Amino acid sequence: MIAMQALAVISVAYVLFLFAVAFFAERAARRGRGAWLRAPVIYTLSLSIYCTAWTFYGAVGTAVRGGFEYLTIYLGPSLVLIGWFWILRRLVRIGRSQRITSVADLISSRYGKSNLLGVGVTVLSVIAATPYIALQLQSVVLSVDAFRHADPAAPVVADSQTMTAFWVAAGLAVFTVIFGTRNLDANERHHGVVTAIAVEAIVKLAALLAVGIFVVWGLMGGVTETLARIDASALGEWQVSGGRWAGLTFLSAAAFLCLPRMFQVMVVENDSDAQLRMASWAFPLYLMLMSLFIVPIAVAGLEILPAGANPDLFVLTLPLASGQEGLAVLSFLGGFSSATSMVIVAAIALSTMVSNHIVMPIWLRLREGTASFSGDVRKVVLRSRRLSIAGVLLLGYLYYSVSGGGAALSAIGLVSFTGVAQVLPAMLGGIFWRGATRAGALAGLSVGFVIWMYTLFLPSFGAGTLLPVNLFDQGPLGIAWLRPQALFGIEGLDALLHTVLWSLSLNAVVFISVSLLSFPQPLERLQGAQFVTTDHVGGGARSWSSSAAQAEDLMVMTQRILGAREAQDLFLTEAQRQGLSGSLPDPTPDFLEVLEKRLSGAVGAATAHAMVGQIVGGAAVSVQDLMAVADETAQMMEYSARLEAQSQELTRTARQLREANEKLTRLSVQKDAFLSQISHELRTPMTSIRAFSEILRDSADMRPSDQTRYASIIHDEALRLTRLLDDLLDLSVLENGQVNLNLRHGMLADVLDRAAAAASAEETGPLTIRRRSDNEEVLLYTDIDRLSQVFINLIANARKYCDAPDPVLEIRVRGDVGRVVIDFIDNGSGVAPDAQDVIFEKFSRVGEQKAGGAGLGLAISRQIMVRLGGTISYLPGQGGAAFRVVLPTDLALAAQ
Amino acid sequence: MSAEGPARRARPLFVARETYRRRRLRDAARALPVLGLLLWMVPLLWPLNTEAVSASGALVFLFTVWAGLVIVAGALVSAMNATDRGAAVPDPLADEDDEP
Repeated sequence: MIAMQALAVISVAYVLFLFAVAFFAERAARRGRGAWLRAPVIYTLSLSIYCTAWTFYGAVGTAVRGGFEYLTIYLGPSLVLIGWFWILRRLVRIGRSQRITSVADLISSRYGKSNLLGVGVTVLSVIAATPYIALQLQSVVLSVDAFRHADPAAPVVADSQTMTAFWVAAGLAVFTVIFGTRNLDANERHHGVVTAIAVEAIVKLAALLAVGIFVVWGLMGGVTETLARIDASALGEWQVSGGRWAGLTFLSAAAFLCLPRMFQVMVVENDSDAQLRMASWAFPLYLMLMSLFIVPIAVAGLEILPAGANPDLFVLTLPLASGQEGLAVLSFLGGFSSATSMVIVAAIALSTMVSNHIVMPIWLRLREGTASFSGDVRKVVLRSRRLSIAGVLLLGYLYYSVSGGGAALSAIGLVSFTGVAQVLPAMLGGIFWRGATRAGALAGLSVGFVIWMYTLFLPSFGAGTLLPVNLFDQGPLGIAWLRPQALFGIEGLDALLHTVLWSLSLNAVVFISVSLLSFPQPLERLQGAQFVTTDHVGGGARSWSSSAAQAEDLMVMTQRILGAREAQDLFLTEAQRQGLSGSLPDPTPDFLEVLEKRLSGAVGAATAHAMVGQIVGGAAVSVQDLMAVADETAQMMEYSARLEAQSQELTRTARQLREANEKLTRLSVQKDAFLSQISHELRTPMTSIRAFSEILRDSADMRPSDQTRYASIIHDEALRLTRLLDDLLDLSVLENGQVNLNLRHGMLADVLDRAAAAASAEETGPLTIRRRSDNEEVLLYTDIDRLSQVFINLIANARKYCDAPDPVLEIRVRGDVGRVVIDFIDNGSGVAPDAQDVIFEKFSRVGEQKAGGAGLGLAISRQIMVRLGGTISYLPGQGGAAFRVVLPTDLALAAQ
Repeated sequence: MSAEGPARRARPLFVARETYRRRRLRDAARALPVLGLLLWMVPLLWPLNTEAVSASGALVFLFTVWAGLVIVAGALVSAMNATDRGAAVPDPLADEDDEP
């Protein structure tokens, strides 16, 4: 029989060996000779921490109790790895590109660097992992006990079990603190730890295979014999219910993804896709080998060992009972390895989470407002992580000693799996669905957590321990459908499946619904885009604005977190990339992005974000900011457009003013000219009237014929004066609006006829008038006399001013809706362009004074047309002088 | 999604034989776990606690599937590694998840 002392010596030697392995691996990595440390095979072996003591020893126990059900625990992870192309590849890439430090960091970072979510996942993980750690301690204690019972000479020490557990926990704490917190960047590889774990993985596989081979070929006598004995044993029938088979496979797959320790070795410690590729087939192989001999061992144990022997220890007790002490020690070391590797990695993963999501935020909150960080943050982080490791192990130890290591512990494995699996919806939703929001993740996690606590975790202590017995029978406050193990009144389900079903389904439903209903924060949307499209967007969207961040302050902070040399290297590289000669880069958004990611590798995304935020002054760019900027730009553009419009209007007004001014100047010149003209016009008749009236007065002996002739001259001249004065009077009446219109019906053709006749009668001259009488059949309701006055004026003008040798006036009439357009176009040379805008002014006359008019005709016509509700205008470009008269067919209607 | 719009549009409809082979390897890698799941869920159909399915038969079936999956997965990965190494022209979409 092997002595306890010998066992102790072997254990210590083994532990020292592991320390040495870790130490040398660490040193090799430090000296840059650690390429082999990144070998895919080491990565694959490190995944073996999935196989804890619970599986090393417990699988046989499970097989004895539940037949082949133990296999499901391995089938799920095998499927996950064989299907690495679906989930793991993406998860690992996100982990690398975002420098994820833990599963809590993944969730927190994905959902807008929300620390609340980080805290939630951390708490959940710690609660789920503590009993699990206790289970590992228990397994070591039990295995030591197995040797103690085999060694009658062993001294009987009171509380020896608790003491063993304590020393194991303390030893693990020391190892983990030494090798797990060596470098601060949690995202960097823990080469020492990983290598030691790889060694342990080999040891435990070798131990289990050795025991298995010994059982099959040593005890059972070959494969066929073994198979026959299996069929003959209690395990000889298929006895796993379909629900548990499928449910546990799913649960183990989910837990494999969500367990903090698995996430640590699988994602955080991952270096390259090559590692994952190898693991995709090698790890299922490892799991297959681990589970290959479980059933034979169980059958052999049932046959050989006395009834009542703890099946959980068959792996150890079978060799002992068969006198194979060497094999027993190997088996012990295998179990010890399983327990310790799990505890070490779990402690590292949990301590990172606790430190980054609970301790650091509190520490930051306490010293909020201090722009630069006084004190060495690096030390704070490391210390908090070390304390967290000790705390996690202490919790496990306390849990073990309080629970007393009863049978309840062995069931805790699946309970723990169910707890951590609650992270699954938020995790998968986070990496595949951009619509997943923080509120949804929080709500889903909370629902899952509460259901898990209420229906599985608390009841797992046994009815009446933490939950009163009558709660299980009647439900809380007598509400039957809320009974912990029969939610919604559905009874008869396996307690574990019941919880898996309700917690995960409600978790997912709530997660999806709340995500659909809520609207993500800007940072969540940025992060979501980066996570979901991680393969496409290499770098990332910016979340910092260039601001008053002081490069020096950043330097101070970074030095205190990363250490002086590393920080200076980082800053120097960045400065060189920016093309600066100094060692301080400009705090550009790009640089802040890089810095934050680097820091998040050390202290987690949420904390790093908060730290950079403290220095930068919380100037993280939000989409609102961006939109505000865009708004401002839009406003500026609108303003400038308005300015432009205004300036255009000003230009237009200026041009109009200039035109008006020119027109006024021309008018003034014309007026002057006209005044002299009209005085001439007035004086000529006045002169002749005066002269002839003087002759009549002074010549007494005048012939009657002369007398009559002179008198008629005087009369003619007086008429001419009267007509001139009449015109002036007419115009002023029209302009003052005192005219009364005599509205009546009339045909346009009649008006034109009358006007043409009147104009021809007044003056003689060869003017041909061309008209299209069929167009002129328009019934008008207007002041016919005034209208014909306008037409007479236009026809007379053509007669007077048309300079063509054979003057022709064309009158075109065009009907329109509610109005009629009459164009008067002659074949003369027209009106000069510079005169076109003044011909309608009073006293305006164009060109040579061929026929002595007063220049009031067009002015009067225009006033008449205004009164008649129409217009008269000059129509340029018609080959001669052209005037357009536009008239409403019905003035009464037009006036309305 | 709009950010990669142009890249998506520029995606070629047909690719060279090498790239095609590589993509089909990925399809296989995606399909393998589905096959494994189907085979491993066959026990759902087995009747409970009868002599119909012997424990040894079940054990042999499950572990044969397991070994088969490991072998196929290993073959796929080595084929992937080989095509990646031998690729004259790197697949521009090598890193994308959702190629056609």
